[in-house]
Amino acid sequence: MTHPALEPIQSVGRAVLALVRAVGQGGYLAAGAVRALRNTDIWAPHILTQMYQIGVASLPIALFVAMFTGIVLALQASYTLTGGVPAYFVGTLVGKTMILELGPVLTGLALAGRVGGSIAAELGTMRVTEQIDALETLAYDPLAYLVVPRVAAGLLMFPVVVALAIAFGVVAGWVTSMGLLDMGSAQFVKGLKIFFDPFDVTFAMIKSVSFGLIVTGVGSFFGFHTVGGAEGVGRATTRAVVVSTMLILVLDAFWAAVLL
Amino acid sequence: MSIELLDVHKAFGDKEILKGFSLTVEDGETLSVIGYSGSGKSVMLKHIIGLMQADRGSVHVDGKDVGALGGSGLTELRRNVGYVFQFAALFDSMTIGENVAMGLHRIPDMDEEEIEARVRECLSLVDLHDVCDRYPAEMSGGMKKRAGLARAIATGPKYLLYDEPTTGLDPVTVKVIDRLNIRLKEELGVTGIVITHDMDSAYRISDRIAMLYEGKMRVVGTVEEIRNSEDPLVRAFVEGRPELMEGVS
Repeated sequence: MTHPALEPIQSVGRAVLALVRAVGQGGYLAAGAVRALRNTDIWAPHILTQMYQIGVASLPIALFVAMFTGIVLALQASYTLTGGVPAYFVGTLVGKTMILELGPVLTGLALAGRVGGSIAAELGTMRVTEQIDALETLAYDPLAYLVVPRVAAGLLMFPVVVALAIAFGVVAGWVTSMGLLDMGSAQFVKGLKIFFDPFDVTFAMIKSVSFGLIVTGVGSFFGFHTVGGAEGVGRATTRAVVVSTMLILVLDAFWAAVLL
Repeated sequence: MSIELLDVHKAFGDKEILKGFSLTVEDGETLSVIGYSGSGKSVMLKHIIGLMQADRGSVHVDGKDVGALGGSGLTELRRNVGYVFQFAALFDSMTIGENVAMGLHRIPDMDEEEIEARVRECLSLVDLHDVCDRYPAEMSGGMKKRAGLARAIATGPKYLLYDEPTTGLDPVTVKVIDRLNIRLKEELGVTGIVITHDMDSAYRISDRIAMLYEGKMRVVGTVEEIRNSEDPLVRAFVEGRPELMEGVS
């Protein structure tokens, strides 16, 4: 019987142990996935399908988020930049914010739900219905068959989706500026160009590649380690989305601190 | 000997499932493993194909220690072993034809035409016709089970591990599966381990029957020896009479 005073310490200890175990399992999965890269005959045929599922099929939600972000950014910039601030700074703010922050992060968060949740649910269902075991018995490395194509597709397609989302958001801000803010196209473009630094795009792409790795890797991890039936799949899916979301925000701060 | 489990221990957390289980299966024989639900029969079977690792003890297939096999060794082992899952474990995103073809795609130098012919042959062996293009969700439980069996035999394995292959099937299909099992053994020399609760089926197909009880081997013997066993636990199970178990440990 534990003394009531010790229960909080035990809870902390259990949480630390669970975290250490999860990190260990994650490292093991990552090492296995790297080793599985040599089985090109298993994973290569699935790359295009996964690129479509993860990238192309995510475009509607990513562009929807980007469009409204661009509109709101233009309106809020116009509202904030009053007095002596030139109107073309609306273009600057929309461009800089979409490229450096909101384009990659909001797209990452939207895809954490759509892609990460979907991967965790799919692999989790395969785990609890023994389909992953069946793959192994048929001499397939399940990491090569299931994880490698998803992570590779995430690494390749997240930058593409983010780049399109940024472009769409900026265009939405531009159209809003012309339609609702009485700004000329030239003014908006001037603001867009004036502080533009090509490194901003590199920064956005680096972030989006890391988000792609996190979302597909975390989704695969929780799906792969699902236990229990339907409830376990639900739990794995929720955890994948929550952990991906948190890691995206942590990585966002990390890249800002390291690269800017 | 072909398959040998020596003093295998396996626990999940605090729950010890196998407590020193040992079993030897000779080449070309069919051995049925019986035992109460939750006694660890499926866990035992998964050790043979390397889906689970023993905490203690060892599992040998063709003299090779399964626990010590690396990636390529396990792949090689699995090419020789077919596994029939309790709930079929068909890939639900694939058609039945694609499911059965999965293992065949891992065989070098087998072209698509040969694969297609082999898929049809295996499906017809389990009495499934015109189902190649159907998805598992469109099939009954019994049909899925037979498709799972077709997938397991497609690569022509030397060993077949069956996890309750006839549970939930109608009597006619049970006979079809049993006949196929006997045919695989007699014509192709396939060694089989069958987990079953169906004693009629076990008596029909088995050379020997083993009983797993509380994580250990309770008894192993020929069909006649099991039929005539005086062990009250064995009798309770095979005769379906729980009253015989009273006071037994």
